[in-house]
Amino acid sequence: MNIRDDLKYTSTHEWLKQGDDGATVGISDFAQSELTDIVFVELPEIGRHLDPGDEICALESVKAVAYIYAPVAGSIAAVNEKLRKQPELINQDPYGEGWIVRITPDESGKSAELLDAAAYKQTLEKAG
Amino acid sequence: MSAKTIFEKGRAGRCTTYVTPPGAPPPDLSQLPAAALRAKPPALPELTEGEVVRHYTGLSRKNWAVDVGFYPLGSCTMKHNARLAEQIAAWPEFFAAHPLRPDGSAQGLLRVMYETERMLSHLCGLARFTLQPAAGAQGEHCGMLLVAAYHADRGDRRKTVIVPDSAHGTNPATAALAGFKVRTCPSSEEGIVDLDALRKLVSDDLAGIMLTNPNTLGIFERDIQEICRIVHDAGGLVYYDGANFNALVGRFRPGDMGFDVVHLNLHKTFGTPHGGGGPGAGPVGVVETLEPYLPVPLVTEGPEGFRFEEDRPKTIGRMNAFAGSVLIALRAYVYMRLLGTAGLRDVSGSAVLAANYLKERLSTVYQPSHPGRCMHEFVLSAERQKDELGVRALDIAKRLIDLGFHPPTMYFPLTVPEALMIEPTETESIETLDAFIDAMLQIEREARESPDLLHDAPHHAPVGRLDEVAAAKSLDVRWRPDSTGEGAG
Repeated sequence: MNIRDDLKYTSTHEWLKQGDDGATVGISDFAQSELTDIVFVELPEIGRHLDPGDEICALESVKAVAYIYAPVAGSIAAVNEKLRKQPELINQDPYGEGWIVRITPDESGKSAELLDAAAYKQTLEKAG
Repeated sequence: MSAKTIFEKGRAGRCTTYVTPPGAPPPDLSQLPAAALRAKPPALPELTEGEVVRHYTGLSRKNWAVDVGFYPLGSCTMKHNARLAEQIAAWPEFFAAHPLRPDGSAQGLLRVMYETERMLSHLCGLARFTLQPAAGAQGEHCGMLLVAAYHADRGDRRKTVIVPDSAHGTNPATAALAGFKVRTCPSSEEGIVDLDALRKLVSDDLAGIMLTNPNTLGIFERDIQEICRIVHDAGGLVYYDGANFNALVGRFRPGDMGFDVVHLNLHKTFGTPHGGGGPGAGPVGVVETLEPYLPVPLVTEGPEGFRFEEDRPKTIGRMNAFAGSVLIALRAYVYMRLLGTAGLRDVSGSAVLAANYLKERLSTVYQPSHPGRCMHEFVLSAERQKDELGVRALDIAKRLIDLGFHPPTMYFPLTVPEALMIEPTETESIETLDAFIDAMLQIEREARESPDLLHDAPHHAPVGRLDEVAAAKSLDVRWRPDSTGEGAG
């Protein structure tokens, strides 16, 4: 199970990469393997404001529909347009080409509980 | 080998001429707007009557049905449909009854509906039933609208509905459609509602909770009275999803457990046809306090006989254009009269016995989701087969098709990995149950000895393993002619 050390994670299996252009969000390798082949991503509208824990959007696989949740408070600055035609990018490259949205954090600085790679790995081992 | 559509068969100029009644006037199209009229005839296929018959008969022979063989879909209750019910439903007095005929001339049918409503109320320990909802999910939606109407009538703007994490997806969907915000309650390790977690979710915004009992794992919610107490004390209502009523019918009544509103699936527990052979029917029963909100029309008995009552000031309105799946209610009526109270007790007793028999035998090689006795259904996990042998629940299911069985429900509930949910019902012989057990044991051996047989299954079916991902991504539900034929639109 691939867990990148340079990212932060949530207990709901999102990863977060803080950068100058905002907070990029996707789902972890564990999450994409649980979902199996993703066939549709319902990308959110640009500009929508989210609090930590709010639903960003839905990911549909043949098996189930799963929601991803905002790790930080802010508004949606960008969505990965490639996912409209190629939702499988999330399965193939969950930390790279399979990024889902980029959030511009707001001034509140609020965030969900963020785990580093080691802590996230522990939550997976405890559950499994 | 893909089947040809009927459009790809036949030949131009080939057709069957039907005799029109002498003296029948041609249709008057002058009343239609000009834009609705065709310039040229539609590109319909041209076949002889014999070719049409062979086409559709051929398609029907590729179907699996409960009339063909064992169909152990968990939570679906695929029991045999009594033929007497079909015969009576075909009587012209019932079959040809016009839905708008005056009540005075429909007394037979109205009496059947009334007595069906009385029997269901008695079986559930509730005050009144509506027969209107035309499906289980529509019954759930009706129930949620009743919950909303109850709170609105008291000036109470409660917005939250709780569902367990093992709930069927129609529960949160219908609650959301009725305007509620849905919150999920986790299950305990025993697979039932976690009472501590429930207490934390309860607030004065709680409109209600939706529960199935036994739950989707086939386990009886033994704390059900406490759950009802917790929710009632907070001012909420308790909704019973009757999908699993086959485990309890004739023995336990949802009303006695504390449920306020209930939907039943006539196409499950009451042996009426499923799915494409349906339609379904999801009658909804309520305690007295919710009676005023029931949808109209409601069948009532009065001094002049039975009638459809529409004048109910607090009703949530109509759920359907007419009175719901009336001929399905008739079949359920026949079923209940055939069995009587003793027979209905036997139904739940035999259903639970059959499930436990299968669970005992299959647990020797497959991992049950939870140990101990189940009710009318149980869940196996193929996680060990997946981890050790690379064989998944999907592969087991597909191989069952080769061995002459419809697979059980798979990958539900979501709380169990590689889930197979099995519900035999009470109408299967011991020979059929044993044959199914033998097939499942054979598949487990094949998983160890020749797993490729499973990965490529089914080998002996009209279609092989489908590319479900491609089908979901490139969804195409419309056939278009590739020639210059017009009518493609």
